[in-house]
Amino acid sequence: MKRVSSVWIVSLIAAVLFGVLTVSPASAQQKNIILATTTSTQDSGLLDVLIPMFEKKTGYFVKTIAVGSGQAMAMGQKGEADVLLVHSPAAEKKFVDEGYGINRRLVMHNDFVIVGPPSDPAKIKGIKSAVEAFKRIASTGSLFMSRGDNSGTHAQEKAVWKAANINPEGQKWYQQTGLGMGQTLNVASEKRAYTLTDRGTYLALKKQLGLDILAEGDAILLNIYHVIEVNPAKWPKVNSVGGRAFADFMVAQETQGVIKTFGVDKFGSPLFFPDAGKKDEDLGK
Amino acid sequence: MTEQATESQTVLEGKGLRVGRGGVIVLDVPSVSIIEGEVLGLIGPNGAGKTTLLQTLSYLLKPVSGELYFRGAKVGSDVPVLEFRRRLAMVFQEPLLFDTTVFQNVMSGLKIRGMKRSESDGIVVEQLERFGISHLSGRSARRLSGGEAQRVSLARAFATRPEILFLDEPFASVDQPSSEALIEDLQVVLRKTGTTAILATHDRMEALRLSDRLAVMMDGRILQIGSPDAVMNRPADEFIASFVGVETILTGRVVSRDGSSFLTAVSGHEIEAVGDVLPGETVLLCIRPENVSLSTSLRRGATSVRNVFPAKIEKITPLGLYQRVTLDCGFPLVSYVTKHSVEGLSLREGKEVTASFKATAIHVLRKNR
Amino acid sequence: MDLILDGIKKAFWLLVTLDPEVMGITWLSLKVSGIATLVSLLLGISIGSVIALTRFPGRRVAVSLVNTGMGLPPVVVGLFVSIMLWRNGPLGFLEILYTPTAMIVAQAIIATPIVMGITLAAMQQLPKKLRLQIFALGATRLQMVWILIKEAKLPLLAAVMAGFGGVISEVGASIMVGGNIRGYSRVLTTATVMETSRGNFDVAIALGIILLLLAYVINAILTHIQQHERPR
Repeated sequence: MKRVSSVWIVSLIAAVLFGVLTVSPASAQQKNIILATTTSTQDSGLLDVLIPMFEKKTGYFVKTIAVGSGQAMAMGQKGEADVLLVHSPAAEKKFVDEGYGINRRLVMHNDFVIVGPPSDPAKIKGIKSAVEAFKRIASTGSLFMSRGDNSGTHAQEKAVWKAANINPEGQKWYQQTGLGMGQTLNVASEKRAYTLTDRGTYLALKKQLGLDILAEGDAILLNIYHVIEVNPAKWPKVNSVGGRAFADFMVAQETQGVIKTFGVDKFGSPLFFPDAGKKDEDLGK
Repeated sequence: MTEQATESQTVLEGKGLRVGRGGVIVLDVPSVSIIEGEVLGLIGPNGAGKTTLLQTLSYLLKPVSGELYFRGAKVGSDVPVLEFRRRLAMVFQEPLLFDTTVFQNVMSGLKIRGMKRSESDGIVVEQLERFGISHLSGRSARRLSGGEAQRVSLARAFATRPEILFLDEPFASVDQPSSEALIEDLQVVLRKTGTTAILATHDRMEALRLSDRLAVMMDGRILQIGSPDAVMNRPADEFIASFVGVETILTGRVVSRDGSSFLTAVSGHEIEAVGDVLPGETVLLCIRPENVSLSTSLRRGATSVRNVFPAKIEKITPLGLYQRVTLDCGFPLVSYVTKHSVEGLSLREGKEVTASFKATAIHVLRKNR
Repeated sequence: MDLILDGIKKAFWLLVTLDPEVMGITWLSLKVSGIATLVSLLLGISIGSVIALTRFPGRRVAVSLVNTGMGLPPVVVGLFVSIMLWRNGPLGFLEILYTPTAMIVAQAIIATPIVMGITLAAMQQLPKKLRLQIFALGATRLQMVWILIKEAKLPLLAAVMAGFGGVISEVGASIMVGGNIRGYSRVLTTATVMETSRGNFDVAIALGIILLLLAYVINAILTHIQQHERPR
């Protein structure tokens, strides 16, 4: 009996030690890259294709932390990430200007679209101007779902409201989910509400949503992704070499080729348009 | 020389033991010693401090003050507490068995001492046999009757060959027939092994059957300690007398004295007793019920019995082996007679009989000592 | 309703085909939560025993802290562990944020008070005199505690179940400190959240079903042991 108990204890401790040792390859630290990115890139499945490619090529191990663009940049500000892949241009510029990020490079874009119930109570279908569409939604008091999570999409949405000179905060028809894009689309579908979404996520989920694209094509609705390296001068622990390697990979020709065709087999059209080397101003033309 | 011999035979000695609980002293024993090979019975009503004394003597309870000497060595300094505890054993009122088999339970003390299975197995088998529980060896301790469980507890205690065995009301939660058999078996084992033991019990019959010496406790103190005969027949005071089963305690005044014997006036009757008292003194006469005999014929002078009184039976109550007969002789008197005698003498309530008791069977206490 | 049926079909398919990604996720869930539970047992039982068996000033406070800790919200634990483990945080030098090790740490912190609380209650349920009896049998303090733990093994098995059940179904802390990294720190719960947000409801439901199955099997095994140990 006693012998049995001791064996138990010993094997228990051994199991704990073994487990702790095997699950944390601590030695590979400089091989680790923390990529802070937006949920949309993860939810679209693009990173599931690109990351293994990169890892295979370089031997790095990428820890993808999928959060909103706001949180991704907050992580960068604290030196808790090595490289960012985000889509919130105004905030990005501020981030770089304040010296937290370096080498901000254009990677790709897709666009935002305004989706809503097919019944279209605000009658925005076919309107080219996003600002005009938002004004109609507000004036008819039609339900609108906002991400409300400081993500790139949320920032984009706020920019449109601002351009329309409307402050929707606190309005009865304006609700915030605080969730990711996919879940917000589902909520909007359930509640027959309008929302602003990136095209990729919408296409990926389209078959189960009762939402149609009602307004698209306005230049203000471009969803532009940049890769930004976190400035190692601010935070010495940042893996700048790894961050640079990943950023370089994202704008490399081969990668751009993959981005160009990603999603075509599944949705009939690509989810992203590669833009490496272009300038922001040239997009959407 | 004799003094020294007694000294060397003392296994455990407590000096100035005082235990407090919530600021109140619940045990105050200036001196107590346990002698090699004896069974010391601790008797007293509930709350007298028997358990506290046992736990203090076994160092399970730390006294406010006082020392323990184990074979002359001070416990806690000369001899480490752990070593001291490993040379004693304790059986509580509840069996307190472990949730495993009977065999494992009996082995537990040996296992704690780090004994190898090859050594301990034989000892366990021997103890199981000794207490008649070999057939229960593989059974779960949860599936035992009260009596069986207490046997396992005793076997577990004896397995470690304790130099002192502490028994705290070991039969109190065992039903009557089982406890009879258990007491008998324990008596045999104690005698055979010569184990020194201290037995705390509220049942004086139990104590009488097992003890070589008796200590009477009350309010955390030892009131009297001595041979069972001394305590039972010559209790030191009225309280002890009633606790040890003296059913008749009469108050009287000494009227005359003749050598060592004297006459006491009790409710208009004269009772003869033996003792060193002076006429005019008030005394208590303690008469044990076993010492009062009853007869239906009046034959004064035919025996050496000096105290013979006509009596009327007031009440007969069965009391285990005896029948308790309450008598009115002009003063109250209680007698224990066997069931056989009750039938032989055709005793019944209201019947007139003769009650007699020897002058030497009366224990005399001087009032207000 | 169709969704749930699709989910069940998908779960069945993923299980039957031994989908390597799902198997990996399941195995990691088991490993992380299993190790976290073991750690919480070591800590919870030993500290719980000490609190149960000793008297010290502030003991009442300690007991109520333990009881409060039994309901520690996983996200709060996740947040604090994250802050501690940040590169530039106080324990940043360990470099374990976004690793399974960090998930083990967070889950162990969640499960330890649960195990501790149950240990505390189990120990206090044992007869008080049992301790005296064990000492009278010549036990050292350590032996005494070990014997008491063995006496309390049935409620302690319940502690294992409660602790494991609590952490394997936990998502908030795991996603915060583990990062839900594919093939590395993705466990059943975080994968379920992600698949839901991706709109892959069938996969999400399938993962949920696998989680339920896992929890059921583990509990069934422990319950079997418990019933077997019961008085016959």
